Formats: sequence, C-alpha cells, structure tokens
Amino acid sequence: MNINNDKRKYEFLENVAIADIAYEAYGKDLNELFENAALAIFELSADLKTIYAKGKIEFQLDNEKIDNLLYDFLSEILFLKDSKYMVFNKVKVEIKQNKKYNLKAIIEGDTINPQKQRLENDIKAVTMHMFEVKKEKNQWKARVVVDI
Amino acid sequence: MQQNFEKPKDIRQVDKTIWEIPTSYKKGMLVPARIYATKKLLDGMDNGVFNQVTNVACLPGIQKYAFCMPDGHWGYGFPIGGVAAFDSETGVISPGGIGFDINCGMRLVTTNLTFKDVQPRLRELVDTMFSTVPSGVGSRGFVDANKSQFKEIMEYGSKWCVENNYGWKEDLERTEGYGRIDWAEPEKVSSKAIERGMKQLGTLGSGNHYLEIQVVKAENIFDEDLAKKFGIVEPEQVVVMVHCGSRGFGHQIGTDYLRIFEGVMKKYNIDVYDRELACAPFQSNEGQDYYKAMACAANMAFANRQVILHRIREGFSKVFRTEAEKLEMHMVYDVAHNIAKLEEHVIDGKKKKLVVHRKGSTRAFPPHHPELAKIFKETGQPVIIGGSMETGSFLLVGTQKAMDETFGSTAHGSGRTMSRAAAKHQVRGEQLQKDMEKKGIYVKATSMSGLAEEAGFAYKNINDVIDAVSQAGISKPVVGLKPIGNVKG
Repeated sequence: MNINNDKRKYEFLENVAIADIAYEAYGKDLNELFENAALAIFELSADLKTIYAKGKIEFQLDNEKIDNLLYDFLSEILFLKDSKYMVFNKVKVEIKQNKKYNLKAIIEGDTINPQKQRLENDIKAVTMHMFEVKKEKNQWKARVVVDI
Repeated sequence: MQQNFEKPKDIRQVDKTIWEIPTSYKKGMLVPARIYATKKLLDGMDNGVFNQVTNVACLPGIQKYAFCMPDGHWGYGFPIGGVAAFDSETGVISPGGIGFDINCGMRLVTTNLTFKDVQPRLRELVDTMFSTVPSGVGSRGFVDANKSQFKEIMEYGSKWCVENNYGWKEDLERTEGYGRIDWAEPEKVSSKAIERGMKQLGTLGSGNHYLEIQVVKAENIFDEDLAKKFGIVEPEQVVVMVHCGSRGFGHQIGTDYLRIFEGVMKKYNIDVYDRELACAPFQSNEGQDYYKAMACAANMAFANRQVILHRIREGFSKVFRTEAEKLEMHMVYDVAHNIAKLEEHVIDGKKKKLVVHRKGSTRAFPPHHPELAKIFKETGQPVIIGGSMETGSFLLVGTQKAMDETFGSTAHGSGRTMSRAAAKHQVRGEQLQKDMEKKGIYVKATSMSGLAEEAGFAYKNINDVIDAVSQAGISKPVVGLKPIGNVKG
C-alpha cells in the first residue's frame, strides 16, 4: 500500500482491479477530497517531482450528485491532459452547495515533454466500477478505479 | 475494502473446457453463465470473474449464455474476456461490455526477412519504430488531421487512410469489416472527444499496448498449409504485431455515454448490479446514438492501426534500404477485441439479429461466413491473440464451433493474473529490460514502471489459453510467434 504523506491524501489499492488501478482518496471536506483525488490522477500520469507548473487551467462544473461531480471532475482532468497536452501537479478546488453542487477548479502543470518529465500511465478513463463518495465519521472518502 | 467473492459452489463442468454457473446462483440471472477454460485456468481465475459474468447474465435481452473466455479476468462491469449477445429488438447495449478503449485490437504484418537478416539491425529497427510511432502519456501522432479530415476518418476508417496514401488497397480486405463500420455518425460524437483524440492518430498509447517484432520458429508452425495461405511461409520469418485502440477519442466517447446511460436507466426501468453495467435498450435513442458514436471510435482505431502500419513499412524500408513492397510487408489481418456489432446468429434453430458485445474477446468467424472477404472464404478468419511481451503471441483461425457456441468469439490475449502494483513490487523496469535483453528481446519503453507492470509473470501462460480455445474448438492455432523486439507504450 502506498500511503502518501503523513496525513493520508490517497492510497492505491492493490487487489481491486487487476488490469487497472484503484485508489481511495480522503479529505476533511469536499474541497480537500476532490483535490486529493485529482492528485492521485496526477501522480499516476507523471512523477510529480519532475513537473514545474507553468500553465494554469480554470474550469467550472456542477451536478446535483456529489459522486457524479467527482466523476466529471476527474474525467475533465483526463480530457485536459490530452486536449491541452499537459501533465499537472497542483490543484485547488472550491465547491459550493446551493441547489446543486457548484465546483470551481484551478489545475496547474506543464506541457508534456518526455525529456523533462518522467511520464507514467496514459490513463484512459475513470470507471464507474465500485465508484463511491461517502462521509465516514469526520472524513470524506472516495473510491476510484481508473482504466489503464 | 477489497471485494471478496467466493468461487460459486454450484459451478458445473459441461465439457472438458466449459464450466456453467446456473441461473439459481444469483437473483435476476436470465441465462446461465459459461466460462471456457481448462481446469487449471479456472482454478487460477480471480473470483471477481464469477461475480461479473453472472451480473452480465442479468442484463435484459441476453441470449443463450453470458460467456467468459479462458483469458478472462476481473474488469469493470463486464469481465475482460466477456462475450454477451442481446436481442436487437428487446435487448440492451452497454458501454461496459465494450470497454473505454473502443476497438482496441491487433494487427499482424509479414515481411520476407528472416531472423538472420533482422538480428544485426534489430536495435536500429526498434529505435526507429520507437521514434516514429509515439507512445505513452499525451503522445501526438504524425497525421496532423484537421477537423473535417478527422470527421472523414470517423466515417471511413482505414478506407480514408488508403485513399490518403497511408496504406495499400489490399490492406482493407485484410481488416475486420474492411476497416470501416458504415453505421458511424460523427454527429453523435461530442466535440470534447474530437478535441481529445484528433491529434492522436498514429500513436500507441500506454498500458498493455505495444508494437512488436516477432519471429516464426519451425516448432511453432501448427498448420503449415493455413500458415502459408496467411502469408507465413517459412521458419525464421520475421513479422510485426501491433496492439492498440482508439486512444483518447474512444475513451472520451466511452466516458460521455457511460454518464448518459446512467441517467436514463431509470426511465427504461433497468436495474443493474454494478454502475459500470449501465446500459440502454439497443433500439432507444440513447442506445442508437452510442452505437453510432462507438462506430466512429472503431473507425478511428482501424485508421490508427493503419497509419501505424504505414510508419512500420516506412521504418523497415529505411533500415533495410528496400521498398516495403519488395520486403513483402503484407497484412495478415487486423481484428478488434473491444467492440459491439449487430450480427446474425442462430438461436433455437432460427436466424436472429443480435448485438454481440466482445470485451477482450476476438471475433472468430469460420470459413464461408458471409462477412469475410473473398480471400478468407476457404480459410476462415485469422484470429490474433497477443501474449505478454515476454512470452509470445499466436495466429489462429476461426471455426464453425465458435459460431455455434460462442457467437463466433474466442480469447484475445493471455489475461493478467497479477495486479499492476504487485508486478511493480516484484521487478523494476530497468532490471526487466536487462533480463529481456538476455533472452534476446530488445525492448524500448516510455515508462520504466509501466514496463515493470507488463512483466510476463503478471500474465497467465499464453500456452494455457491457446490450449483452452483449441481444446474447446472455438479457434484453431496456426502459428506461434516469438518476440525479439518490442516498443512498449
């Protein structure tokens, strides 16, 4: 198990999806949960230590359901990776709950360059397999399986 | 939090390589599930397979059985190795039964070179392929298609490539469905999918995708006559195999429609065990839209493998200073293993149109099947099963038994037995690269950890998979192919 940092941000799960990669992300609130879930995607794509953020992308999403919002948020990152040709290492999320959940996100990263970054997996998609967002005691938790 | 499933107690052996789980196993099963495997492979299967294949057996309109092939393993929604056919009037279509990598598939190309010719230049050859066929995260291809060209690619697939000088005319008849699915409708594809995938034509991707240089060994020719008909004419002959799909374009279409389908299941009164089994009636607007968008991705994948072939021919031609035509770089075949298609099959003695889903399963049509090109009428359809990059791959041929039993389907690869993380704990990419070189396989990869994840020990023994499909009679081995050079995505 790869436990990132002293304060658990996310954890890769080894025996959940044999050909793919599963992880759990944690957060004290929804903002932190979403940020950590995004960081796990960033780390799967490239070694974060080799990325120097030079570009910034802002986007907004909304959804009535929190799990669908997370699914769309992570899928948006994969879309931006390919369409903007970037890998990312920083993320800031702000979620407000009115009638719907409204999300504002800023992600930062750099143009892909195999000479500069240590690239890892070209993630195909976020799957709905065992996909879950829930609150346990005082902590938010999400389970994600990505197709590699 | 791991999901623990038990192997079903009431699994029954129907034949030497067929195992059946009855409908009584799970509430809602409409048909039994059947797993094609030797006892050894069945015992080694992760228990998630049994859960997933029986979930599929609950989907509306499913016909005969929910199948899992011998290389089956736990996937998302459907197991990898899953085959399911649905009534085209009353049944469903499910993106989870196809996979995000729509028309991921295999292409095999011959040369008239032998191992002796290639060995001294192997490094140069692999390095050339590595630089001309980009792989890994965010790679961009050499075909700089604009939006209107990309729209044509969505509609015409390989045909567009050949018309634009990225291939030979004969390549088309050697591709499943002539490399073009004619029910594609670009209007059903989101602008996001186009934006994501437009510049990726000519790229391998990552994960288990590869471009491999292989050699035919005398002891691996199992049917000399058929091998010759497919273009494998002598021992020591060198061939090239490609495994890749529709890249970000297909992945985005899968993502878009998964969300759409999830939102309409209630409307159609469909309940599923797993969100990844989201589906819609095939005849519904959403079902038809997905079917047409999926065809666009399938065409893009055919085109992707076609332009990659063009690069392979250029590369060989450059390294050996001989034209590709003179090197006799003919295609053996190109076949999809992640796709759904409307096909005619016999159910209870009657011909019926079915939506056949193959997810990690290869079509294996017999001789004289009306969908095969003339050149394969007598032989049957070539089937390409890719092994791990260390163990080798196989060329087989489709059979009537596959048509009768498994909707004309067989296995697609060796199938993982070990998770990616576990494989990385066992070996480092750099070490694996050295070990493989000692075994005579020169490999080049964009990601060393990605390489480690694809180590041979993480997969089932391909020979066991071939034994199983061969014993079951759902395809027949023609030639085994041994890797000597590999570009890994």
